[in-house]
Amino acid sequence: MTQFFQVLGMSYEWAWFVATICGVLLIALPLMLAVAMVIYAERRLWAFMALRRGPNVVGPFGLLQSFADGLKVMLQETIIPAASNKGLFLIAPIITFTVALSAWAVIPFNSGAILGDINVGLLYVLAISSLGVYGTVIAGWSSNSKYPFFSAMRASAQMISYEVSIGFILICVVLWAGTFNMNDIVQAQKGHILGVVNAFALNPLLFPLWVMFFISGLAECQRTPFDLTEAESELVAGYQTEYSSMAFALYWLGEYANVLLMCTLNATLFWGGYLPPVDWAPLYLVPGIVWLLLKICVFFFMFGWVKATVPRYRYDQLMRLGWKIFLPLSLLFVFVVSGYLMLTGHFS
Amino acid sequence: MIQEIAFYLFAGLMLVAGALVILSRNPVHSVLWLIVAFFNAAGLMVLVGAEFIAMLLVIVYVGAVAVLFLFVVMMLDIDFAELRAGFVRNFPLGLALAAVLFVELFVGLVVRSAGGLTLGTPDGSAAPSLGTTNTEAIGALLYTRYIFLFEAAGIILLVAMIGAIVLTHRQRPDSRGQNVSRQVARRPQDATRNVKPEVGKGVQL
Repeated sequence: MTQFFQVLGMSYEWAWFVATICGVLLIALPLMLAVAMVIYAERRLWAFMALRRGPNVVGPFGLLQSFADGLKVMLQETIIPAASNKGLFLIAPIITFTVALSAWAVIPFNSGAILGDINVGLLYVLAISSLGVYGTVIAGWSSNSKYPFFSAMRASAQMISYEVSIGFILICVVLWAGTFNMNDIVQAQKGHILGVVNAFALNPLLFPLWVMFFISGLAECQRTPFDLTEAESELVAGYQTEYSSMAFALYWLGEYANVLLMCTLNATLFWGGYLPPVDWAPLYLVPGIVWLLLKICVFFFMFGWVKATVPRYRYDQLMRLGWKIFLPLSLLFVFVVSGYLMLTGHFS
Repeated sequence: MIQEIAFYLFAGLMLVAGALVILSRNPVHSVLWLIVAFFNAAGLMVLVGAEFIAMLLVIVYVGAVAVLFLFVVMMLDIDFAELRAGFVRNFPLGLALAAVLFVELFVGLVVRSAGGLTLGTPDGSAAPSLGTTNTEAIGALLYTRYIFLFEAAGIILLVAMIGAIVLTHRQRPDSRGQNVSRQVARRPQDATRNVKPEVGKGVQL
């Protein structure tokens, strides 16, 4: 895109600057629209699974429901509790929202269509997603209220526990791909299974890791069955209890942007990203972003499916799963995968 | 030009955040300023071309260590009067520590200006050569030339970890933990019985 603006007669620096701004807008604006639509889609999905109708009044099939909700919260009054820590109380939702958007900078949408093609892309995603916990913790502490505080405690312990095993799982992917660059990780999956299927996940050594990654992703996004931070039967609404108006809406948008990001990571790291599912020439005629969006939709459906059907874990069960099952298993797989790759001469 | 602006921005913010860590009254604010300082340090690392270290700094310090700090500090119940009394008592010790650190800094600067050390250069000429990425360069050094130091560090960390667990672990014989595999292995026919009692007779359990 930089070259396009250079053709229009700009110097290289300005062309780069304008191209980057355009890239950011090209990712962030459709993402916001997508978040509005997936909130609607997920509510319909849960409704169908619970034999209800779901939102079907605003607009055709209720498609405009999310926009109506957005307008509603925008017109509400922002209530700041008198005993809260006001500065931090307002910063917390901004942190959640910013973090949820900034990780998208290194996601490849097509071959070469990537905002920040850095060679530590995967580490960048890990670094940014490890910041997400601060939005929750700061909100819980600054609200100066019991339930949000409990929620903040739970969130900080939960996020740290599952990040450890996510790190080990991703190390296996990086070992196999041989790079941290997101675009190269996608390219490494081309014809991975017998030169036909473009996906790491169907590899027998990596499939269990993908299952663990999916479940850890649920925990990392604090979705059911691991949504103990906003367990409505115990904590009212957890860290969001004291929030209203746009601050509350920022949490909602951030949460769904995070869910979409986790779906995209599933698709990019394990299921071939923007590559078609099978390495067959006519399939490459379809633009890569279509394949990526299709895969994201499938994973988003799975996230919604889990939320509609699986009951919530107890906190000790959550910790047991993270530390006693996922951590030893993922460590074992780091050992097995690196051993396999070394014995088969992958590194030479 | 851009690099200089970015350097002074990151460095200035880091100094301000570092000062606020020790100046702010509320310990939670101190931890949050510490996080800002870590972040700007990561920015400086990116500027000298060490993006791998920068990302590790964010993942390890901001994403894990600082969260645990915050976790502990949030639950503290601070008595500010007592804190101030402690300040007066510990002031001479603090002064002595500051003097030692200052002298060390001074000695370091003298040694450097005498040409005793070669450190990275601010113009980026010490940055890794193009062609190999940061990650590969570090890995190639760490797993060949420094392999014994690396493994020694690993063993020390392992010992520290086991030591922490041994020191803090308490066996609680009365705790009623959940044994998931036993619960899953239990079948309905082991736990329930289907009986058809005669009318007015009742069931012997």
